[in-house]
Amino acid sequence: MIGNFTLLPGFENPLLWILGVPLGSAGFLAVLKDWRVAAWVNVLASVVTFGSSLLLITVRPEPTRLLFIDDFNVYLVVLTAFVGMTTAVFSAAYIARESEAQRLSDLHLRFYHSMYQAFLFTMLLALTANNTGVMWVAVEAATLTTVLMVSLYRTREAIEAAWKYFILCSVGIGLALFGTTLVYLAAQPVMGDGADAMAWTLMIKRAHDFQPDLLNLAFVFVLVGYGTKVGLAPLHAWLPDAHAEGPTPISAVLSGLLLNVALYALLRFKMVIAANGNTLTPGPLLVVMGLSSLFLSAFMLYRRGDIKRLFAYSSIEHMGVITFAFGMGGALANFAGLMHMTMHSLTKSAIFFAVGIISQNLGTKRIAAIRGLTQSHPVLGWGFVLAVLAIAGLPPMGVFMSEFLVLSSTFARQPLLAIPLAIGLLLAFAALVARLQSMAFGEPPPHSHAHGRAGPLSTALALTPLWVHMLLVLVAGLYLPKELVAWFQHVAGFLG
Amino acid sequence: MANAQISYDIAHLIGATVLMAGFQLLYQRRLFAVLNTFAFQALALAAAAAWQAHIQHAPHLYVTAAIALVFKAMIVPIALHWLVEQLGIHRNVETAMSIGWTMMAGVALVALSILLVLPVTANATALTRESLALAMSVVLLGLLMMITRRNAVTQVVGFMALENGLILAAVSAKGMPLVVEISVAFSVLVAMTLFGIFFFRIRERFDTLDLADLETHRGDRQ
Repeated sequence: MIGNFTLLPGFENPLLWILGVPLGSAGFLAVLKDWRVAAWVNVLASVVTFGSSLLLITVRPEPTRLLFIDDFNVYLVVLTAFVGMTTAVFSAAYIARESEAQRLSDLHLRFYHSMYQAFLFTMLLALTANNTGVMWVAVEAATLTTVLMVSLYRTREAIEAAWKYFILCSVGIGLALFGTTLVYLAAQPVMGDGADAMAWTLMIKRAHDFQPDLLNLAFVFVLVGYGTKVGLAPLHAWLPDAHAEGPTPISAVLSGLLLNVALYALLRFKMVIAANGNTLTPGPLLVVMGLSSLFLSAFMLYRRGDIKRLFAYSSIEHMGVITFAFGMGGALANFAGLMHMTMHSLTKSAIFFAVGIISQNLGTKRIAAIRGLTQSHPVLGWGFVLAVLAIAGLPPMGVFMSEFLVLSSTFARQPLLAIPLAIGLLLAFAALVARLQSMAFGEPPPHSHAHGRAGPLSTALALTPLWVHMLLVLVAGLYLPKELVAWFQHVAGFLG
Repeated sequence: MANAQISYDIAHLIGATVLMAGFQLLYQRRLFAVLNTFAFQALALAAAAAWQAHIQHAPHLYVTAAIALVFKAMIVPIALHWLVEQLGIHRNVETAMSIGWTMMAGVALVALSILLVLPVTANATALTRESLALAMSVVLLGLLMMITRRNAVTQVVGFMALENGLILAAVSAKGMPLVVEISVAFSVLVAMTLFGIFFFRIRERFDTLDLADLETHRGDRQ
C-alpha cells in the first residue's frame, strides 16, 4: 500500500528542518537556564526555520504519508515561519523588560521560550500534515501550548482566560475530531482501510466518489470545531480573553498565525467537499458565519476599555471577512481571501508589537489612560498609527487592497451581500479611527508607570519588527510582484 | 451468519452501556459518584474497544482499550478523587438546570443523533451505523453535562465523557489508523496534567472551584 512513498523525508528535505528545528529547540530551551541566552536561541531557531521555509519555494519535496507541501500550504508555511521569526525578535526585547520589572520569574521565562518553539512546531506540523488525524493532533497540541502561555502571568484574569480558552477550544477540537472520523468513514469505502483514506493528496483525487450525506454531516462538525478555533461568531467567546491576558508576543502569534492555521484546516475540508460535487455547498454557511463575526465584532469595537481586547475583536472582524471571502468562492474572492489572510497576519502582529511596547511604556492597557503617543514616543506612535490605519482598511496599505477585492468581487456577483459587508467594514473602520485618535494624539499623560527601563538598543530591537511588517504591508498595497499574483491566482483556482 | 449476529449484538450492548453511563452522569448529585460513574463509563469504553479489536482483527485497538482501562478508568478518577480531597472542594454537584430537564434534554439529544446518523449512513454496515449513532449521543451528552454543571471538576468529567464518545466513534470506524487513537489518549494525558496545574492555581487564588466565581472577574470592566 505504500507505493512510491517513503515514510520520512531525508536530510536534504527542507521539511525536516522546518519541523525539526522548532521541536529540537523546544526541548533544548526547556533545559536552558539563562533566559537571556534562551531569548537569542529562540531568535536563532526561528531564523533557521524561516530560512528553510524559503527553500520550499524552489525545492518541492515529494508528498509522503505524513507530510506534504503544495501550492496552498507553502505560502502559509513561509508566512508562519516569517511572523514566528519577527515575533521572536520582538519577544527578546519584550521579555527583557518584563523580567526587569519582575513580572515574570526565570522559571516562567524558561517555560515560555520552550513553549514558544513548541507552538511554532505544532502550527507548522498542522500546515504540512498530509493526514487529517495528524493535523488534528497538531491543532490540539497548539491549543495546549497556548493555554499554558496565556496563563503565564498567573493573575486572576489570566487564569480565567486560560480556563475559558481551554474548555471552549477543547470542546471545539473534540467536535472537529468527530468530523474527521466521519470524513474517514465517508472515504473508507472508496479508499480502503488505513492511512490512505486520511491523506489529503489522495482524498482530493477521489472525493467525487465519497458518500455525500456523510460528508455533509462531517462538515457541520468540522465547521463548528475548527470554527471555534478560528474565532467565528458565535463561537468566539474565548478569543478576546485569551488575547488580552497572555504575554503580548503570544497575542501577536495567536492572532497572526493560529487563527490562520485553524482556517486552513477548515478550507482543506472545504476543498474535499467541493471536489465531491453532490454535497451541500459550504459557501452559504461560511458567508453567514463570516458576516455575523464581522457585525458582532464591529459593534463590540465601540465599547472596549482594554487595548488588547480592542484588537482581539478586530481579529474576529478580519477572520469574518476572510471566511466570507472563501464562502463566496470563485477565483477572485478566493484570491482576495488568501491575500487578506497574509495582510491581516502581518498587520495584526505589528499592532500587537506596538501594543506590547505601549503597555510596557505606560504601564497600563486601559485605552482611556493612553494619550498622545505620537508626542511622547514618536517612532512608536507613528508606527502604531500607520498599523491601525492599515488594519482599519485605509489606502494605500495592503489590507485596503484585499478588502476592496473582497467587496468588489461580492458586488459583481451578489450585490445584496455586498451591502452588509460594506456597512460592517465601515462600522469597524469608524470605531478603530475614533479609538486611535484619542490614543495617538492629544496631551501625553503626566505620569507613567513603565514596566522596567528600556535602553536604546532594546527599544530599537522591539521596534524593528513593527516597521518591517508595516513596510511589507505598504509595499504589498502599492505593488505586488507578478509572480506572486500568478501564484495566488493559481491557488485561488484550486480552492473551489 | 449467526456468528456475525452475535458480534453485532455484543458491540451494540457495550456501546449502549457507554451511553447509559453517559445518562447516569447527568443525574449524579455527589462529586464522588460522578467520578465513579465516569470510571464505569471508561471501563465500558475499554470493553468496546477490545471487542472491536477482536471482531475487526485489529490488534492495535487493544492498545486503545488498555489506555482506556488503565488511564481513564483508573488513574484519572483516582487522581481527581485525590484532588477533591486535597483541595476540600464542595462534594455536592451544583447544577445550572434541574435534573429532570437535563434528562429530558439528554433524551432529545439521543433522538437527534439517531435521526441524523441513520439516514446518512445508509450504505455503511449496521455495526458502523449503530456505533456511530451511539458515539454521537455520548458526545452530545458529554457536552450537555459540561453546560449544565457549574463546578470545574464536573466540567472536566463532562469533557472526558465527550472524549469517550469520540474514541467510541474512532474505534468503530473500521481500519482507522492507530495514530489517532494513541494521540487522543496522549492529548488527554497532557490535558489532565494541565487540569491538575489549573486546579492548584485556581485553588490558590479563588478558594472555590465554582466557575461562577471566576466569571465576576472579567478584564473588560470599564
